[in-house]
Amino acid sequence: MHIPDGYLSPQTYLPLFVAFAGFMAAALRKVKEGLQAKNVPYLGMAAAFCFLIQMFNIPIPGGTTGHAVGAAIIALILGPWTAVAAVSVALIIQAFVFGDGGITAIGANCFNMAVVMPFTAAWIFALVKGRAPGPRRISLAAFLSGYLGLTAAALAAAVEFGIQPLIASEGGRPLYAPYGLEIAIPAMVGEHLVIFSIVEGVLTMLVLRYFLKNDPGAVYALYEEGR
Amino acid sequence: MSAFQKKLACVLLALAVLAPLGIYLPAKFNAGDAWGEWSAKKIGEMLGFVPAGLAKGEGVWKAPVPDYSLGGEDDTPARQALWYIASALIGAALCAGVFYGVSRLLAGKKR
Repeated sequence: MHIPDGYLSPQTYLPLFVAFAGFMAAALRKVKEGLQAKNVPYLGMAAAFCFLIQMFNIPIPGGTTGHAVGAAIIALILGPWTAVAAVSVALIIQAFVFGDGGITAIGANCFNMAVVMPFTAAWIFALVKGRAPGPRRISLAAFLSGYLGLTAAALAAAVEFGIQPLIASEGGRPLYAPYGLEIAIPAMVGEHLVIFSIVEGVLTMLVLRYFLKNDPGAVYALYEEGR
Repeated sequence: MSAFQKKLACVLLALAVLAPLGIYLPAKFNAGDAWGEWSAKKIGEMLGFVPAGLAKGEGVWKAPVPDYSLGGEDDTPARQALWYIASALIGAALCAGVFYGVSRLLAGKKR
């Protein structure tokens, strides 16, 4: 889901840079407000975790690959605003140091995976969890937050890919990403719904349960109301 | 760091060491590129032409460690795995370091 350079027209990547910059500025303000000394190690580890988990490419045999992003579990443990900052750090380092995702597409990639994904995940979790949830309800909420969070990011990327032939063609030939919405959306959303988002959902559920066992007080999505 | 946080750091280290699974399995199952992340050359084969803007895109940025390796595409699987682990360690350390630095800066401004 790391859009490379050359796939998006400037009409697409520039507005997404602006949108992302706005979210990032707000995120840094929120991180500053909520900063607690005991949580600082978690921040660095969240960005590192996000980087590492994305290295585990999962094959669809004979077809394509994808991977989990980790943004959903970071949103549940540290809150969606902290996730915006942590996931963005990982994505920006991937682009500059490892050429994974384009430099011109940093705004788009961060918008999809570091903004759309953590907020969708946090929202789905709160929605499914309800009031006074039991452990099973929490596990289900965590799975769905990862499952739908990553799928929402894939949908956002698919729309950005898919509108390119509409807005930037010359003499009937596309200038950038060549496939329209009718191809990009089923391909991107479909492959995530059947494989990659399930991995993200299971990962989100397992890591949340691990945290609830070991450091339940640190889990933002369950204790935020009481603060 | 608390004992639990130290344990988590060890889990992250284990992830870095296991990372080559993320290149081994796709190669074993002949999985190809991620959707929308094809090289301009591959796009040319798929479409019969390379979109003009897309052709320019590839040269926009020269990453110091392209595709998590300095070994090139003909590298042996063992060397590819080692490059991948090295990239995992460097990338994870950079992520943790940058975010830690940013937190310190923000904390400094708070006082």
